[in-house]
Amino acid sequence: MAETKSVIGTQNKKGQIYTDTWKMMNEAPRTPSFYTGSEVIKEALRRASCDVMIAYPITPQSEAAALIGELFAEGYIGDYFRGESEFAVMSQCAGAAFGGARVFTTTAGPGTMRAMENFPMWAGARLPIQMIVTCRGINSPLSIQPDTLEIAYLLNTGMLVWHAETAQDFFDWILKGYIVSEEPDVHLPLALCCDGFFVTHTKDVVNLTPADMCLPPYDPYRSPVPCMDMECPPVRMMRDPFVMKSNYISYATHASWQQEIWAAIERSRKHSIHWLNGLIDTENTDAEIMIVASGTAVSQGREAIRLLEDEGVRCGLVKVKALRPWPEEEIREATKNAKHIFVPEFNVTGWLAKEIKATIPNHARVHAGPHVCGGMTMPPEIIVSEIKTALGMKSFSLAGRGS
Amino acid sequence: MSKERIQISEDLYDIMPSDYQDLVKNATYGKEDRGWKDIGTSKELIEQHSLCAGCPESMAFRYILASLPNPEDTVMVGSTGCTSLVFPMVAVHNIHSLFGNQNAIASGLKRALSVRFPDRVKDVVVLAGDGATVDIGLDMTLQAWFRQEKFTTICFDNELYANTGGQESGLMQKGFVAKMAPVGKLFDKVRLPEIARESGCHYVVNCTVSKPSLVEKVIRNAVHIAREIGPTYLQLYTPCILEIGKNSMEGLQEMRDSEKPAERFAYKEYVSEPAKQLLAELAAKDKERKAAAKQLAGQASA
Repeated sequence: MAETKSVIGTQNKKGQIYTDTWKMMNEAPRTPSFYTGSEVIKEALRRASCDVMIAYPITPQSEAAALIGELFAEGYIGDYFRGESEFAVMSQCAGAAFGGARVFTTTAGPGTMRAMENFPMWAGARLPIQMIVTCRGINSPLSIQPDTLEIAYLLNTGMLVWHAETAQDFFDWILKGYIVSEEPDVHLPLALCCDGFFVTHTKDVVNLTPADMCLPPYDPYRSPVPCMDMECPPVRMMRDPFVMKSNYISYATHASWQQEIWAAIERSRKHSIHWLNGLIDTENTDAEIMIVASGTAVSQGREAIRLLEDEGVRCGLVKVKALRPWPEEEIREATKNAKHIFVPEFNVTGWLAKEIKATIPNHARVHAGPHVCGGMTMPPEIIVSEIKTALGMKSFSLAGRGS
Repeated sequence: MSKERIQISEDLYDIMPSDYQDLVKNATYGKEDRGWKDIGTSKELIEQHSLCAGCPESMAFRYILASLPNPEDTVMVGSTGCTSLVFPMVAVHNIHSLFGNQNAIASGLKRALSVRFPDRVKDVVVLAGDGATVDIGLDMTLQAWFRQEKFTTICFDNELYANTGGQESGLMQKGFVAKMAPVGKLFDKVRLPEIARESGCHYVVNCTVSKPSLVEKVIRNAVHIAREIGPTYLQLYTPCILEIGKNSMEGLQEMRDSEKPAERFAYKEYVSEPAKQLLAELAAKDKERKAAAKQLAGQASA
């Protein structure tokens, strides 16, 4: 094997300097910039030393996917093309990752669902692909509006799943995500989710790292499984293909491999905590009323807390950043004083509330709601109303709620 | 093009599996004119197989692996089916991921290898059954060709779903009675070789694997053309003797019967103009190399 030499401090072909990621993310000067979420994805990718990006149009990620094409044209990405469907794109991403590339893709809603067969395969093959999921409705009749139901389906694929609230989260987590994903003891794909439109199509001030600094390149030989590039030819891949054996050894092999994927998610915990500064953020955890949320529901929750404060109701907040690894201990600790836990969500089934109920003692404290879905917005007033109603306080009826 | 990358450290030699020792001592990595004739005298890149006794697919596997022009830098992509039972025993990196996505995997793989090794040849070869190539994976098969992805697609055509027990497939002959075709298949065998030509393949061959020398020729051509010009497609008849009611000894005869002039696997070939030119150049180089070798041999004996 070739001797590994640090590339930190050297330049890539675009003149960017490969920079120690911790320094780049935490110490380098930041420039405030007014960008849409899609533009922020592009700016993160400019600094990500990405080898292959594969694109497919689906609202609301099409703009980001096309902007990364511009980066390719400028020479920042090794290769870029439009695949024929999300199923094919996710397989193309797998092929590129099997070949030792750092891979990026974006998808949304029905695209996530169409590609679904690939995700457990990515995890099982230990491919540290990063996929941006700009969540949108997956229901019929057709909807292109924000709705986070698709995240529920990603939670058991063996991927890491993070849920960004803002464009700033997005910028930082795309870059940090590669570092966590590519750790040899993790080496799993990351679904980096956000609420479509709310994050992708709104402008926000985002503090960007210097454009002349970029991540160190991916080293495929730090992978816990062989890179399929014939640089280290096998005598044969394995003695018997396990698929054809109906015996205990075969079952045990598959079982232990599944357990290993989930153990790798567990091992990602320490890296995720380090890079995300904890799996959750908290405010006022001594309050008896807590809002626990992820994605833009956090922003709405924060606003609801301000409105409640005006009425003298004290309320705390938990922002769940990582869904896999799941911050079990952290949520238990942050909600231990709470008598009422509200979980506002942009989906009909309330998957986050179910996860929380399965995590904390005395789960009758959890009020699964309010829920909006199908593209509806979540005015902070409906969170306030939900909380006041549950507490037996008088609440003004909201239009359309039939109360 | 050598065995450099598979050398074993002297200190570890005796504890390495004998398969690996054989591979280092006696395989054909780096041999420029490797081919089917090495079978029986050299270590093959296929260790064993778990196919049925007499399965023509096992013959095809051995001929193909013996004929790859650059196995030490070739990555193969398979799909679910009987082939996926063989691939784990093969001494080149090979990827099995899902059923039908082989040409999508190969597209990403080939591009990644081109980005990572811009100055070296890394061949990608897809090998999948007819269900994977023509039915569930047809979209990705064709789209890779439309995009002119530079890899070879080989379809082992056994005219049915063999691994799942003999169900109707798109490449099955019309009228054939099979599982899921209880009154006989109602539509014609899909004409994928013609579709391949129209879809941008530069080299298309439809044949059986009855003749190892022919398999060697078409594999070498397909890999060289894919490397330099664009997509290539080989459709090889590897009958499922089990599902068509033949005995172990009858696979070869079944292929010979099916390649007669009026039959569906009569040799058919399409070569694009740029591919013709490339083959002519390769043939000229080969001739030169052989002449030089002959001259050298002459000098040595003189």
